[in-house]
Amino acid sequence: MQSYVCDICNYVYDPAKGDEDTGVAPGTAFADLPEGWLCPVCGAEVESFSPAE
Amino acid sequence: MNNRLLENVHWVGYVDWTVRDFHGYETSHGTTYNAYLVQSEKTALIDAAKESFAEKILANVSALADPTDIDYIVCNHAEPDHAGAFPVLVKAFPNAEVVCNAKCRKALEQHHDTSEWKWRVVSDGESIPLGPGRTLEFHDTPMAHWPESMVTFIPEEKLLFSMDVFGQHFASAGRFEDEEPFDVIMHEAKIYFANILMLYGSTVTKNLNKLATLEPEIIAPSHGVIWRSQVPTIIEAYRGWAEHKPEPKVLIIYDSMWKSTEKMAQAILEGAAVPGVQAKLYHVRSSNITLLATETLDAAAIAFGSSTLNATLMPQAAAVLTYLKGLKPSKKAGFAFGSYGWTKAGIKDVERYLESMKFDLLREPLISQYVPDAEKLEECRQAGAMLARRALDVTGEEKGAD
Repeated sequence: MQSYVCDICNYVYDPAKGDEDTGVAPGTAFADLPEGWLCPVCGAEVESFSPAE
Repeated sequence: MNNRLLENVHWVGYVDWTVRDFHGYETSHGTTYNAYLVQSEKTALIDAAKESFAEKILANVSALADPTDIDYIVCNHAEPDHAGAFPVLVKAFPNAEVVCNAKCRKALEQHHDTSEWKWRVVSDGESIPLGPGRTLEFHDTPMAHWPESMVTFIPEEKLLFSMDVFGQHFASAGRFEDEEPFDVIMHEAKIYFANILMLYGSTVTKNLNKLATLEPEIIAPSHGVIWRSQVPTIIEAYRGWAEHKPEPKVLIIYDSMWKSTEKMAQAILEGAAVPGVQAKLYHVRSSNITLLATETLDAAAIAFGSSTLNATLMPQAAAVLTYLKGLKPSKKAGFAFGSYGWTKAGIKDVERYLESMKFDLLREPLISQYVPDAEKLEECRQAGAMLARRALDVTGEEKGAD
């Protein structure tokens, strides 16, 4: 699955890991993140993310 | 006033003795806006100040160098307390290039009319030689504390211009930490960390590891005094703060309408005040949020109380909880408490805030309908004792792990 990088702070959302802090289970695709999910490092919205190379 | 860091490296900033409200941060000691002039074959100004102090910076620079001889103005951080003076300075230094990273350039363009500015955009690790034995090296430190934040390092002289990291809001006549009361400076550095950097703890740890490899011998931040005698002390303190390392400390923070929640708070304090634990009581309307954030940084356990008012929590209690939630304190245990008349909704609101900060909730909300009776106050003392045990346990474990 495609990882996404935060353009603001460089945090990488890795679907294989999910986001434990906000209860996003491993295996959750970026597109399936819950509404209102924010970057766990800087708080940016999903619009600020780009596909990681 | 000694403004000399090294030969031909001078502080050219501004001391703001009177500011007491810095975007809501209570600056009880005022602050400084630190700018530095580095001279060699080429001359660079590192950072500046607020727009209103631009002329002060210009005068300080002009006392040491001809404005036409300034080759670079380095912007480590686009926030207006450092870069607000840039439009005036860029105009005053006709030959200067603005040196910053790409994110900073974009942010500066979104703050100012930069159509006439000359740019030198630098990447992480890039350097600009100024002359023999003096090079400026740039290192990105994203989210410590804005996305574009970077630091500037002179490797030959081990001098780090650390931007806001290691700063303090502390106005002083002395420019160095060994010229001012050290305990006051460390406390101000802690207040600064808690209110500006607490939420970026893991990012700060990464950046500390990166900066430690530079082995700086002088650290010149953008606010407060310069570190030259106690560099390892402040780096070590930052490591602990960045981990939100708990101390054996219990906080009871509350608001109260008719002193019922206050009676509960007092009883919780009585229970928490055991040997080896620092127990502290704060009423939100007689405490500023800057202090409460600082106390929270290294508290092991917190009881937060509010009466129910209009079927929700009291507004100043909500303000404190909103501020703390944004600062993302970690490793906290505690519980919500408060009195109510006919709905417990406000106390449940407090608990939701604590849950959102991932508190380890040690018990159900501690609730009293109207005035707490003797039995309820005894329950409060027991709950306070539980906070104290937690504080001793968790800090004992941390010490054992060391």
